[in-house]
Order: sequence, then C-alpha cells, then structure tokens
Amino acid sequence: MESGILLLELGAVILSLSILGRFAARVQLSPIPLYLLAGLLFGHGGLLPLATSEEFISVGAEIGVILLLLLLGLEYSADELMVNLRTHASSGVVDLVVNSAPGIAVGIMLGWELPAIVAMGGVTYATSSGIAAKLLTDLGRLGNRETPVVLSLLVLEDLTMALYLPILTALLAGVGLFGGSVTVLIAVATISIALIVALKYGRLINKLLFSSDSELLLLGVFGLALLVAGIAQQLQVSSAVGAFLVGIALSGKVAESARVVLSPLRDLFAAVFFVFFGLHTDPTQIPPVLGIAVVLALVTTITKVWVGGWAASRAGIARPGQLRAGTMMVPRGEFNIVIAGLAASAGFAGIGPLAAAYVMLMAVFGPMLTRFVGPISGGVLKVLTRTKSPPPTG
Amino acid sequence: MSSDESIEVTEVALPGIGLRHDFVTSKGRRVGVVSHRSGKRELVIYDQEDPDACVDSVTLTGDEADTLAEYLGTHRVMERLATLSDQVSNLHTRKFPVSSGSRYDGKTLGDTHVRTRTGASIVAILRDGEAIASPTPDFGLTGNDTLILVGTDEALSAVGEILAE
Repeated sequence: MESGILLLELGAVILSLSILGRFAARVQLSPIPLYLLAGLLFGHGGLLPLATSEEFISVGAEIGVILLLLLLGLEYSADELMVNLRTHASSGVVDLVVNSAPGIAVGIMLGWELPAIVAMGGVTYATSSGIAAKLLTDLGRLGNRETPVVLSLLVLEDLTMALYLPILTALLAGVGLFGGSVTVLIAVATISIALIVALKYGRLINKLLFSSDSELLLLGVFGLALLVAGIAQQLQVSSAVGAFLVGIALSGKVAESARVVLSPLRDLFAAVFFVFFGLHTDPTQIPPVLGIAVVLALVTTITKVWVGGWAASRAGIARPGQLRAGTMMVPRGEFNIVIAGLAASAGFAGIGPLAAAYVMLMAVFGPMLTRFVGPISGGVLKVLTRTKSPPPTG
Repeated sequence: MSSDESIEVTEVALPGIGLRHDFVTSKGRRVGVVSHRSGKRELVIYDQEDPDACVDSVTLTGDEADTLAEYLGTHRVMERLATLSDQVSNLHTRKFPVSSGSRYDGKTLGDTHVRTRTGASIVAILRDGEAIASPTPDFGLTGNDTLILVGTDEALSAVGEILAE
C-alpha cells in the first residue's frame, strides 16, 4: 500500500518533469527553472503536496549533487586546471570579487547571519558551466575567438567551487573560527593531495577503472565517486567536492565513456535535486523577495557582462566578441541551487526563496540574453561601419 | 604537418572541449578547425567584419574529417593534376630548372609573375630530390631548384622565355 503510493508519487513527479522538459526544449530554454517550479508545486504549501516520497527524493537529491559535480570534474583534466590557474588567475579573482559582492551586500542588508551571507555570495557568483557550455555548442560559437576566455573563466569558477564549498560547509555547520580554519586547512590539503594524485597516478587510476563493458565502467566510476564523496563528507569537506575531485582524476578513455554512461543518470537525479530544492522552499515566501531578486538579477547581469567583456578585451577580442563573452557568463543554474540548498538545509531558511527566485530569473533570462546579443551586436556593428564609411562624393 | 612554414597556425586549448587551430588565408579569411576530444571535428569559418566570430561551422565525424582532409591534401591534388594533364589534350605538365646565377636565383616565386604573365600554374618545386607542393608566392627560389608547371603549351613556352631572361 505504502510502496504503491510511493511509486505513484514518484511516477507523477518524474512524468510531469518530462512534460516540463519538453516544453523547455521547445522554447529553447534551460529546464532548471521549470523543475524548481515543479518542486514548489509539490512541496509544503504547494498545490499538490507529496505524502510519502519525500525521503526518497531527499536521498535522490544528494546523489544528484554528487553526479552533477562528478560529471563537471570529468570535463576537465588536472593539467588543464593547472594551466588555467596559472594563466587566468587574475581574471578569476576579479570575477569572484565583483560577482559575489552583490549577493553579500544583499545578505548584509537583510540582516542575515554570516554563513547565509557567504552562501548568498556564492549564489550570485557562479555561472552555470553546464548551461554556458550547452549554449556555446548550440549557438555554434565553439570556434569563436572569445570562447577560450569564457571557458577559462568557467574552469576557474568550478575550481573555486572546490575550495568554496568546504569552507561554506564548515561555516554552515557552525564551527567556530578555529574549527573553521582547521576544516579549511583539511579541505585545502585534501584538494591538493587529490590534484597531485590525479597528476601523478591518473594513468594508473584510469587503467584500473577502465572497462570496455559499460555496465562495469558505470558501477566502478559511480561507486568510487560515492565512496570518495562519503569520505569527504566525513572529513567535513562536502561530498560534492569529493565527487568533483574524482571526476578530475579520471581522464582519457575512462572519462569519455563515463560521461556517456553517467549523463542520463545525472539528468535524472539532478532533476530530482531541483524538485527537492523546490519542495523545501515555501512558495508563499517568494513574492515578498521577488523585488530583491529582480534587482539582484539586473545588477549581477551587469557585473557578469562586465567581467566577461573585460577578460575578453585582455585577450585582444573586439567589442562584439567582448559582449558575447560577457553575456555568455550570465546564466546561473545548478550550482547556485546547490549552494542555496546547503544553506537552507542547515537551517538558514531565508536564503531558499530568494535563491530560488533569483536562479529562476537568471536561468530564463541569461540564455535569452546570450542568444540575442549576437545578432543584435552584429546588426549594430553593420550600422556603425556603414555610417563610418565616407559617403560617395560627386 | 604542413611542408610550408609560412602559414602561421594558431593553436588554442579549449578546456573541457579540446583544441582549436586556425589561420588567416592569403586573401584575409580566417578558417579553423575545432578538434573535440571525442574525435568530432568542426570546420569553422570566421566573419569578415567581426574577426572573432565564426559565421558558420560544419560538424564532421572523424571519418568525414579524414575524407575532407584527403581531398584538400596536396598529394591528392598532384595526383589528380597528373591524370588531368593526360586527359585534357591541351594541358601539359613541364619541368623548368632554375640555374644558379639566373635572374631569379635568390628571388621569390612571386617575383617571376609567372601566373599573371602566362596563366600557367606552379604546382610544385623540386629541391634536393624532394617535392615541395603548392608553394606560396613568397617562396624563396635558389639555383638548382626545378619548377613543375601546369598550363597550355603556349603558356609553358612563355614561362620558358621568362625564366631564361
């Protein structure tokens, strides 16, 4: 009886996600905001509150976060990360400072506690590398000369996440200044060791995990990621970072095949995660913070466009390219919700509704801006060059 | 890869995706190839007004990219030219030695103005027993080079006169 209702609820939730996903694909937008909306609908205070499947969804959401970061890590190799760190560190720092500032400012103005303020900084900071990479591919901009700049910034943001998440986890757990710095030290040490292991023994790890049988490969990689995530959690480093590091350690053929077999699993559990976040957000609390979310969206759109444009101009890219690079950095998505989710589940409730409203706005508005800025700036450029060329004499 | 060092190919790493190679053609168009780590290739052509943007990209599988490369490859072209001159009665291939001390010893290929003056094409240069295919106008000639030309009989005779100057 009980399990029948569980299946029924899960089926209804996942099926409605598929309908929302189809709709998002038709209007060429990220499905993330719609998944959040679905969560709001099914949650406490929503229209169709779920009765029994919440616990399952909560575990599924945790796996979703681990898979999101595992696949993110699979995109990069340790070598790429090190090269990027060396050559683009200054752009990365500017990005971090300029884009976390609005979130931090709002947190202070709302009189939040420090952990929630730090979390809100993360919510406005991180660009969704998933959405950005998909946009670059969809719009045929992989060959564009500003694209390496965008990708480098994304890599740095992801790497910053690996340092930021453990710090945030420690702060949210309420450890004091001393305890906090110990945790941070452990986090930094773990990440350094993991990077060194990946650089030195990556080949061996890859050899041990590789299998031409996709089932064995799936079980091996997924199992390792869960195991390391669990260990990281025990060390207070955050399970997400553990999974990210496993992803980085894997490269070559293993990474290629793991991406293929794990992507559907990631899509399923990440969707569950977005629903879970929506479930835990009280929809009645969104309207009061909507105004703040809109202002925050406007301000952080400007800051992201500026940082992306600035980084592109340093790489010698002309104006239209700078604008394209800037707008490509605007969309927020999965990790902003991961961050807000961590804060909300640690008892800082105020951040949930604001982050949900903010991410919904950005995940809809960002890709649209990116899509339309190309043709618009192209048109403006044509008009400008036309007016610049001297009129025919005689 | 290329036997001609004068083309400056830019290599850029695309983190998470692969590599991009591009260069500007002698006519000022930028073309490039994005090599995905999955083996997929993208042929990209850049905008003339906005040099940072590509106007079009064609996605190719590994095999399709190989096929395209084969048709663009110089060996293939030379092969086809050889058969072409057999097929077309008024088109011929002829070798012209550049003797040391000749007028063009030390000059570039462009200085000969062979193509503009005669209509014949220089398809390759033989130097030290090696064929340098599709030489560009800024290729430096020395004595003991041999030019391989394709053209009509009249054009080739005219080339002989130019080189004998």
